[in-house]
Amino acid sequence: MQPVILWTDALVFALVAAVAGLVLFIRRHEHLCAPWAGVAKRPMAMGAALVLAVFVVIGLLDSLHYRERLPDSPPDKPQYSVEVLSAFDALVGPLRTQQEKTYSAPLAMRLYAKEFVDHDGVAVREYPRLKYGGAHLESEADRRADLVRRVLLGGAQGLAIALLLLGALAAWQARCSRQSYGEWLVAFGTGGLGWPGRTVATTLALIAIMLAVVIQLASGYHVLGTDKVGQDVLYISLKSIRTGLVIGTLTTLVTLPLAIVLGIAAGYFRGWVDDVIQYVYTVLNSIPGVLLIAAAVLIVQVYIESNPELFDTAAARADIRLLALCIIMGVTSWTGLARLLRGESLKLRTLDYVEAARAFGVSHSRIIGRHIFPNVFHLVLIAIVLDFSGLVLAEAVLSYVGVGVDPGMYSWGNMINGARLELAREPVVWWQLGAAFAFMFTLVLAANLFADGVRDAFDPRVGGRR
Amino acid sequence: MNILLKVEQLVTEIGAARVVDGVSFSIAAGETYALLGESGCGKSMTALSLMRLLPDGGRIAAGTVALADTDVRALPEYEMRSVRGGRMAMIFQEPMLALNPVMKVGDQIVEALALHRGLSGQPARDAARALLDAVGVPDPVRRLDSYPFELSGGLRQRMMIAMALAGEPHLLIADEPTTALDVTIQAQVLDVLRRLKAERGMGMLLITHDLGVVAENADRVGVMYAGELLEEGNRADFFATPQHPYSRMLFEALPRAGGNGRLATLPSQVPKLTEQLHGCRFVPRCPHAAQRCRQESPGWQTIGNQRVRCHFAGQLGDALPQATGEPVTSQPAMPAADLLRVDRLAVHFPIRRGLFQRTVGHVRAVDGVSFSIPAGHTLALVGESGCGKTTVGKALLRLVEPTAGTVQLAAEMLTERNLASLRRQAQMVFQDPYSSLNPRMRVADILLEGMDALKVGATAQRRDAVARLLKQVGLPDDAGGRYPHAFSGGQRQRIAIARALAVAPRLVICDEPTSALDVSVQAQILNLLKDLQAELGLAYLFITHNLAVVEYLAHEVAVMYLGRIVETGPAAEILRAPRHPYTQALIAAVPRLDGGMGHKTYLAGDQPSPLNPPSGCHFHPRCPHASAVCRQRYPEATQLGAQHRVHCHWVAGQPVQSPAA
Repeated sequence: MQPVILWTDALVFALVAAVAGLVLFIRRHEHLCAPWAGVAKRPMAMGAALVLAVFVVIGLLDSLHYRERLPDSPPDKPQYSVEVLSAFDALVGPLRTQQEKTYSAPLAMRLYAKEFVDHDGVAVREYPRLKYGGAHLESEADRRADLVRRVLLGGAQGLAIALLLLGALAAWQARCSRQSYGEWLVAFGTGGLGWPGRTVATTLALIAIMLAVVIQLASGYHVLGTDKVGQDVLYISLKSIRTGLVIGTLTTLVTLPLAIVLGIAAGYFRGWVDDVIQYVYTVLNSIPGVLLIAAAVLIVQVYIESNPELFDTAAARADIRLLALCIIMGVTSWTGLARLLRGESLKLRTLDYVEAARAFGVSHSRIIGRHIFPNVFHLVLIAIVLDFSGLVLAEAVLSYVGVGVDPGMYSWGNMINGARLELAREPVVWWQLGAAFAFMFTLVLAANLFADGVRDAFDPRVGGRR
Repeated sequence: MNILLKVEQLVTEIGAARVVDGVSFSIAAGETYALLGESGCGKSMTALSLMRLLPDGGRIAAGTVALADTDVRALPEYEMRSVRGGRMAMIFQEPMLALNPVMKVGDQIVEALALHRGLSGQPARDAARALLDAVGVPDPVRRLDSYPFELSGGLRQRMMIAMALAGEPHLLIADEPTTALDVTIQAQVLDVLRRLKAERGMGMLLITHDLGVVAENADRVGVMYAGELLEEGNRADFFATPQHPYSRMLFEALPRAGGNGRLATLPSQVPKLTEQLHGCRFVPRCPHAAQRCRQESPGWQTIGNQRVRCHFAGQLGDALPQATGEPVTSQPAMPAADLLRVDRLAVHFPIRRGLFQRTVGHVRAVDGVSFSIPAGHTLALVGESGCGKTTVGKALLRLVEPTAGTVQLAAEMLTERNLASLRRQAQMVFQDPYSSLNPRMRVADILLEGMDALKVGATAQRRDAVARLLKQVGLPDDAGGRYPHAFSGGQRQRIAIARALAVAPRLVICDEPTSALDVSVQAQILNLLKDLQAELGLAYLFITHNLAVVEYLAHEVAVMYLGRIVETGPAAEILRAPRHPYTQALIAAVPRLDGGMGHKTYLAGDQPSPLNPPSGCHFHPRCPHASAVCRQRYPEATQLGAQHRVHCHWVAGQPVQSPAA
């Protein structure tokens, strides 16, 4: 086994390290900690955070890449497979390998297309049985009972895990607060914990039950069906999470410094600085973004093709294209936020507290750092979330035009793009689109709800209201 | 008497808060009833309840509102629409916000006329012109075609009044109609309201926090506190013998001449109306509170023509501590050396037009201002808004770059290079405590900012300095760890003062520090400023339009008009015997508590634009004594006393008289 670190992996883990460092820094400062404690008191934000956490864990697992050693390679000179796998692939195992011939509906036992099947020497045209989906059953009549059994079993398992977790949590919390076990449970039941215990427990239980049910079903069926080449749609959807997260976060990382520095500088300094920055973003805005992105992606494509020695695997090539997409989307999409921040800074710079700071001879960088930036931070926060969802959606559009991520890469955009042609089919193939939609929707909604809670907690003016 | 409006046991709730709690009063035709109280006492909510225009979540929970013989609460909404503006009309505080900025004012008035009198076309325009005539708008035909932004504050408020009168209402509700206006304009607008009330026999509900406005305009007075009416009576009785302790404290908190005397202050604040309140609501702030007051809400008691809700009604002694007739302005024994010397300071803002941003003219915001402040003294800079007084303050601190002139601070000439030394010695307190504190910084960080930037004291000592400053301005010790939004307006202004004091300046420029505050809080801040001056030997440049504050705090006064100082001299001399016609008009316009509604001369018109000031003496278009020479030449200074100077041809032409005479 040989670990592979792709560019985006490195950046994603650098981002994780940065967030961890920030968390440590905040924990050490009481007044920075307080608003986050406020976030922890909001039920909606906590529920959304848990859902987000599930997505992030899957994305991170999917960012630990490696190449398997070929079994017949000599031990002194190991050779590795060209296929790059991730920790997530290893975890879900059979989901990746159990490939059917072509489309099959969710939880189906038969293919979605008729084929000639040999029945005791007679060729019959019918819907053939799937290789893996429901293959453990003798007859299709057992399917319903089997499904019900698996759902019930999964539900029971999930519930048991949730209860176990709750019990462990209660024991730990009760010890921490030196309460008896029963007292803590009573406080939990009446909502007197000081944090939304019931919401967290309910969300956790729901997630646990859903996971258990899906695991139970997935071991015998294709839960969300299969796509055109017979790949499990559930697996594709889960693999797409990483692509979505990478595009959402890395692009924002490119956008933010540009937007914040240029936007605030334009608004605060005014004069020629403002003129220059305004000209730059007006020019940038007047060029269609898709054109710029297409040009940049094509340049990267040409670069990859003329330097094949730099990229040893298909994954590395797809990855560099993803990174290029993030950067170019970041470079073209900072103008909106910059304009917003410029307007806000123009207003803030005339306020009395900025004048008071100037009366003390406080330097420009300190005024921007302490007076302007914290007061536009909520705008940045809102922009991050809106951009996050917007970027995930933009990826789908770009993939449609053919300038998005590598066609071989798993992404919701590619899923939708693939499903596009099948929507005209009768009966319709809806599960690919449906799965991509459901995953995207859940991710974006959770991010929005969480950010709502964060913004409310950080805004001192609504701090009292809850 | 013909009762026009009768309100009984009105209760209004917004969410859980009882903003109006059992208020009863009545207004007769041709009578002005004044509702008096601090902000947050439910005055405006009472008015909005009458109009049934409560904000979202607000509802009238109980009580009756009878307009003549109509039960207002029982009317369906469509009939209510004809009552609003038709039988009772309302004037709001902020005329800029109450007029639609993209409609000509004439059209807005015609709209009201069409709605309530069914007029349209030429008759409507004629009626609108007549209304503008009635409210004293000069050149009404032209004004009908103006947009609100083309009008001054006073004219906008007159337009509002004209609109309110369009439906020929029987009852006019005026909610702080002059609070946003200058004192000279306030006098004009109040004069219009008084005249209209008399001409049309309207009833008027006047909502205000200003005792002076009440004294000059009201027939009867009701004092509101925390959603309840506490006292009611005729104006004369109320001003002679206010009965409730709250009313008395409102009087005592007013700044008066009298130098050393401290103002009475009300401790704490108006209670939160969301809480369940027991007993008398004034208890936490009342000096006479007894056990009974805490348990039992007092009922109405009648004393002569007055009604009051207090357990000790009539037992609190008769008279107010009368303001001493003779002002005892504290004159420091030795005229100290000048701390600040400003010589011909000018700030001109260029106006740029066209493609190449050519300078086509200048706004002469400050045009050659000279004054000096001795150490430990207070100079009040007085004038209407837009006269350039705030710009003077900012130019001194180089927040605005002066165009010309020199500033000398503690014998040191100020230039670009020694700005840090300037900023250690002079600091500023701003007008609005809500915008002058960064909402995202803790109070301790706000106070530390100046010390850090100017490197005052060792880093280790700065934390102690914060604790000392908080104590000095009377804030609790734990205030440093909190954010500004946790404090009330008065407390915020204390934080702003502490911030200015953090670098131990010798001069503090106070830019209207109390104009955004209630009268009782204003008294606290003024006391604090006075104490700090005594303790630290601070000099103040006190920028204000409030002459009562000047009387209380200032040693010297400089009166500004259109970027220039027209009169300067010792405070007592200028306030008692103003010589410049503008100063005289300014002082005459201040409403007096004795309600002298007699024959006052009001200043006509508005302050001209500093973009294009009148030739000669800037004041001549409004001056009752203007002569030919005033139109041609700006007057030189005329020395009237040791320190009393005035720029006026008319005064210069009078026989010299000694100031003592």
